[in-house]
Amino acid sequence: MKTILFIIQKEFKQIFRDKSMLRLIFILPILQLLILSNAATFDVKNIRVTIADYSNSSSSRALIDKLNANAYFSEVQSVSHTQEGIEQLNRGKTDVVIEIPNQFEKQLQNGNTTQIQVLINAIDGATAGVQNVYITQIVQLFNQNIQVENKHVVNEQILPNRIETIPSFWYNATLNYKTFMVPGILVLLVTMVTLFLSAMNIVKEKELGTLEQINVTPIKKHQFIIGKLFPFWVLGLIILTIGLLIAKVVFNVPMLGNILLVYFFTAVYLLLILGFGLFISNHTETQQQAMFIAWFFMVIFILMSGLFTPIESMPKWAQNVTLLNPIRYFVEFIRMVLLKGAGLQEVLPNLGIIVFFAFAVNGLAVWSYKKAN
Amino acid sequence: MENAQEKIIIVENLTKQFDHFTAVKGISFHVNKGEIFGFLGANGAGKTTAMKMLIGISNSTGGTANVAGFDVHTQSEEVKQNIGYMSQKFSMYDDLTVQENITFFGGIYGLSRKQIKTKTEELIAELQLGNIAKTKVGDLPLGWKQKLAFSVALLHEPKIVFLDEPTGGVDPITRRQFWELIYAEAHKGTTIFVTTHYMDEAEYCNRVSIMVDGVIEALDTPKKLKEQFQVNSMNEVFLKLARNIE
Repeated sequence: MKTILFIIQKEFKQIFRDKSMLRLIFILPILQLLILSNAATFDVKNIRVTIADYSNSSSSRALIDKLNANAYFSEVQSVSHTQEGIEQLNRGKTDVVIEIPNQFEKQLQNGNTTQIQVLINAIDGATAGVQNVYITQIVQLFNQNIQVENKHVVNEQILPNRIETIPSFWYNATLNYKTFMVPGILVLLVTMVTLFLSAMNIVKEKELGTLEQINVTPIKKHQFIIGKLFPFWVLGLIILTIGLLIAKVVFNVPMLGNILLVYFFTAVYLLLILGFGLFISNHTETQQQAMFIAWFFMVIFILMSGLFTPIESMPKWAQNVTLLNPIRYFVEFIRMVLLKGAGLQEVLPNLGIIVFFAFAVNGLAVWSYKKAN
Repeated sequence: MENAQEKIIIVENLTKQFDHFTAVKGISFHVNKGEIFGFLGANGAGKTTAMKMLIGISNSTGGTANVAGFDVHTQSEEVKQNIGYMSQKFSMYDDLTVQENITFFGGIYGLSRKQIKTKTEELIAELQLGNIAKTKVGDLPLGWKQKLAFSVALLHEPKIVFLDEPTGGVDPITRRQFWELIYAEAHKGTTIFVTTHYMDEAEYCNRVSIMVDGVIEALDTPKKLKEQFQVNSMNEVFLKLARNIE
């Protein structure tokens, strides 16, 4: 125990002595949380629309006004030919081209169905899908209006019963993406900082040759490892605290669950991440190698965490891979606790898996740490 | 007369085999308590590998070695408690001060805070480190670093201290001063096991071994070696040996 304290003392001295590193450790995650949380939104906004109105009638202008009035569409401009609109689409100057045929008003007035052509830039398929839904909704709303006006002419009895769906959104009533994203991004930052620092730290001593000096002392493996990793465990919890404060104060993320539960889970989770960092350290000779491997896993962990893409939409094999991803369990956990107010009972599966992983990874890391080769 | 002396290192048939070559080919020798033992050899002769096996950071693939009464294979932690080691890299923390380095290494050798305090004061007085105690090690000149690394290796009062090319890259005066420290320590009864490239330093040793290509080709006092090879300096002994092998 005494020996461990000497190591911890030395580690903290080194961390706090390197002022530029210290700034990076604390300021970068804060910046990332502030920036990413605003940028990582799935709201499709500012859609640029180009309209070729061949009808040039009061009906078509009414439709264009509807589009113009919608908050999701930013620039609605007109062109005289569809071809011009397509060129704009090709050059990336517009997102959507709508062609309104010249029979538009006439067909509507006659009570016939009419068609408008909608061309969408679908390089990003998900965004294109959302844009399509928006336009279809607006057009149908507009179309129904007309039908409502015509209704008096038509026999009421032949109208089908309308089924209305009334959505009721739970846990995030305003569908605020930041509420959804901020806790997840916080998880990423805590993971990244602690994984990179721990992976680099021990390998740095290898590079300097000080590890050899340590290895000729009678120090026990566990003393060295605990002493080395404890300071980063503390750092991880400090970053979590700063992140939670920002989430509360800046983003007003609801915190329904028990915050102590979040700390408890993070404390265990950090052991897992630090053990993983140590494992990387044991199997690399330079900080570059360690960084490369840490990044490799980090990218997989992030993209397969369910943070940016729902795990449910992944192919089956990818879903199975996410079962090994610690970030996945933490993201699930923090959303459950903060947004849904889940208690220990509900998060027990996640906690159990993380405890298991922490034991497995640390066992592996301690075993692969060799004082002699 | 020599047989009466206590043997503090006994090496028998020690071997280190890597995947494609054998770095140390079954060497056998012993070191007497309290002597300055020079462990010489050209670059790549296997002396660093042999030394790493003796200090317990490299596992041998054959043979036995007993250091300070403990088997390096089965009792490496006990060996480590009884030895000091100074590597070629003077492995101290550049971003910590002289005092902080002493505290840290004292601590991991299990010294109490009180012992560390006394030791630090002693060391600072002995090496006249008064004005630089709070200087970061990284800012010290190489000669100082070497002296400090040597003293740190002796903090826990080991029976044997292993020095791996301790005087590389410094001027002759600093080297001379360093050897005075070594003599002083040997005088207190500490066994010194030192590797070096400098043949004039070999003359300061009680006995030297010369390793060529993984085997010990010669082992005796400098005086007897010179007689044996009928030359005037250790430098010539070394050249003759190396040339014979080629």
